[in-house]
Amino acid sequence: MKKKAAQHTEVKPIKIELVSDPMYLCGARELVSCIAHRVGFGDMECSKIALALDEAMCNVIRHGYQRQTDRPIWLTIYPQKPDETTFGGIEIVIEDEAKQINPDTIIGRDLSDIKPGGLGVHIMREVMDEVLFEKRKGKGMRLRMSKSAPRPDQAPRIGQISSGSTPAQRQVS
Amino acid sequence: MASSDNDFIRTEQPAAGVVVISPMADVDMSRSPVLRTAIKGELKAGLDRMIIDLSDVQYMDSSGLATLVEAMRIAKTQSIALHLASMTPKVRAIFEIARLDAFFSIKDSRQEALDS
Repeated sequence: MKKKAAQHTEVKPIKIELVSDPMYLCGARELVSCIAHRVGFGDMECSKIALALDEAMCNVIRHGYQRQTDRPIWLTIYPQKPDETTFGGIEIVIEDEAKQINPDTIIGRDLSDIKPGGLGVHIMREVMDEVLFEKRKGKGMRLRMSKSAPRPDQAPRIGQISSGSTPAQRQVS
Repeated sequence: MASSDNDFIRTEQPAAGVVVISPMADVDMSRSPVLRTAIKGELKAGLDRMIIDLSDVQYMDSSGLATLVEAMRIAKTQSIALHLASMTPKVRAIFEIARLDAFFSIKDSRQEALDS
């Protein structure tokens, strides 16, 4: 991913500040889904990328901020447009001012133990190509997630909707 | 699809001992507590079957999944049949990612859930 990402046509990122209120999750999802479409992802993948973002922000709200609804969350999206030699991609960075924890302790739980909750990290890692937690300088945590768009000739993944457009079918502007 | 949180849940009783709960919009961290309250309020003695109709849900996150896992656990302890019906492809994909598609009774339509 990293080697190929360097060849993508980079465009300026968008950075927004949100408050830690779950009410605004829908806006963040819409934003990232819209940008993912523009760089070459199909409908189903856009929905999954939005899910990964949602799970990341929920974790910040739930665990980082203990459900306080007035704390800052910074969302930065780096679109990577496709060009003649590469396919597009997207990198999402989420930063907060929550209590710092050892990134190595952030792991998904065993899915065979079916119980409510604890699925967020698993979903992020399942959907995105790379997921990296790190401490910010000073205070807070940072999460970097990235994903490359599929090759146009790549077969649809499990669960991909048949009626949705694929990167191969869609003109990417 | 509902545009506000006020009419998010629709509850119907198509037959004695049967309840259909229909979330009318996306289920995320801000709305799953409402769904949870509605489901737990109906999972009570005398109920034979609960159907959760997901036809109007285009998006669900892990808080929604957790709500449904909890509902299924309660239903099992009370011998109530719980079916999920009319799942959209995007929501179905989330169940697959979480490996929960085999845990639930998932029906293609509400009618199929009523007939099963």
